[in-house]
Amino acid sequence: MTKLLMPYITGGVVAGWTAYLRAFEDAGADLIEVGLPFSDPTVDGPTIQEASDAALARGATPGSILAEVAADPVTIPLVASTYANLALRPGFGDALTAAGVTGLIVPDLPLDELDQLQVPGIAVSLLASPATPDDRLAEIGKRSQGFVYAVSVMGITGERDRLAPSAATLATRLKQITDLPILIGFGISSPEQAAEAAEVADGVIVGAAVMRRILDGASPATLGAFVGTLRAALDVR
Amino acid sequence: MSSITVSPSTGVLGRFGQYGGRYIPESLIPACQAVAEAFAEAWADPGFRGSLSALLSAYAGRPTPLTPALRLSAELGVTVLLKREDLTHTGSHKINNVLGQALLARRMGRTRLIAETGAGMHGVATATAGALLGLPVKVFMGERDVERQAHNVFRMRLLGAEVIPVTTGSRTLKDATSEAMRHWVTDTDEAYYCVGSVIGPHPYPTMVREFQRVIGDEARRQCAAELASAVPDYVVACVGGGSNAAGTFAGFVDTSARLIGVEAEGGSGASHGALGVLHGFQSLFLQDEHGQIQEAHSIAAGLDYPGVGPEHAYLRDLGRARYVTVSDSEAIAAAVRMARAEGILPAIESAHALAWVARAAGTPDLPSGSTVLVTLSGRGDKDITTLIAEADL
Repeated sequence: MTKLLMPYITGGVVAGWTAYLRAFEDAGADLIEVGLPFSDPTVDGPTIQEASDAALARGATPGSILAEVAADPVTIPLVASTYANLALRPGFGDALTAAGVTGLIVPDLPLDELDQLQVPGIAVSLLASPATPDDRLAEIGKRSQGFVYAVSVMGITGERDRLAPSAATLATRLKQITDLPILIGFGISSPEQAAEAAEVADGVIVGAAVMRRILDGASPATLGAFVGTLRAALDVR
Repeated sequence: MSSITVSPSTGVLGRFGQYGGRYIPESLIPACQAVAEAFAEAWADPGFRGSLSALLSAYAGRPTPLTPALRLSAELGVTVLLKREDLTHTGSHKINNVLGQALLARRMGRTRLIAETGAGMHGVATATAGALLGLPVKVFMGERDVERQAHNVFRMRLLGAEVIPVTTGSRTLKDATSEAMRHWVTDTDEAYYCVGSVIGPHPYPTMVREFQRVIGDEARRQCAAELASAVPDYVVACVGGGSNAAGTFAGFVDTSARLIGVEAEGGSGASHGALGVLHGFQSLFLQDEHGQIQEAHSIAAGLDYPGVGPEHAYLRDLGRARYVTVSDSEAIAAAVRMARAEGILPAIESAHALAWVARAAGTPDLPSGSTVLVTLSGRGDKDITTLIAEADL
């Protein structure tokens, strides 16, 4: 089975940011995670926090970001990610649907509070953590839609030197309780790490490593090339 | 009104009406569940309650007095009684909660404490409890607060705590809280997150209120001894996250007393916030029309928070408590007035509560002849630099 590759981008981070979406698609991404920036991103590390601040400073709003997505569509599925304060606002699901977004990740909305989220027609993917006990993991497997987001490590988003051993353990546990694809995220920073994660999981999510390059001024072509190296590493196996 | 009780149990998710809950990353769920279970067990254990009571009396200086503010009462035409949390060890009500949580951390086998702080009083209290119980302490504090509360920063370091300035966002309490949560997720096996107010994911709002209800319970007994009516007509406390108010109100929520929470004009979550989610709980937060949290601005670092504890939002909805706001300059004036009338320099946070009493006395909001209990949440020594700059003396 082909391994899935989902690069992340903070919506509105720079002018013309949707060009990165096309570059990701052309480079072989299977899905793209579009972050709708929140003022207080408690699950994110410094890189994505900086990107969120940059987008908000440019005046980006969920509405403006989704409008830009709708105006410049790609053909692969788009998964929005944001925080509960934005996702629980009335009309949020309709706004996603209108922009052609089909999936959603809300990292601070766990299983227990999920019933509050009203986004019909949107596949809500839940996060699983190395600390999640078995019974809860089973429930996450049942209620997650589209895929399960396996958080590789006890921590926040950000690049890391190596893949935490907890990533493979968690992916293995998840494979036993659900048939949904398991995507590993948090800390996947290089093609080598992507390949290593995909040995047990069905794919990877790459966020901070992408965003650091964008914040450093890399062009869509450069990012496309980086995503291409991730694609190649996943396909070599 | 008198039928409302504030139960120690708020259900599995810790709901106060629609507020509260547990909006945290999956990685923190087991840690929060562990705290909830450990707290429920400890709170039901007479041994734990006894150890905490002993510490509160032998170490923290409880019970704190109820001081009639005679000259101020004469000036205002209302009877003002002050609940003197400023006289606790470390100088604020924060010590009540921290001793409880630090004992709980030790009972849970945790070896480190993490805290966030605004004015620094919760940080000082946590550093103190850490020193007392032999637990290393890491305190996250917004860079702006580090600057304006330099003395408390030094006190924390003197007590052996590591103070980590937070440079993100508004560089105040909101960002310190975010950073403390980010740090906690990396160290849930060893570290205990000692939350400083009635905020955060369940069980913190309930647990912190229970640790602070000693203020209200003592004041209730003291008022019964002091007042012919036994219960004051008004119970007033300042509200940032709202822990001193929650503890005070807990002692009076089942009485006829009118409960007044006084917020800073620039940090008025209960007065001007909208329903939202931040720092693990649903409540009322200052936010823009797109859902971005707005920065709070108060001369009192301890009130510089854009939201309010979930129980306050609930009490507001019920109509059981009323929330009002006071400006920076009113608070400064009230602090000076209290110092001159009573020889007590309150924390600028507490001065907000006094400022409302001074403004409302003799109006329909607080008719002449009323009896008013005001919680002095802390002492004003930490605010000297601010007073030098702001008070027109």
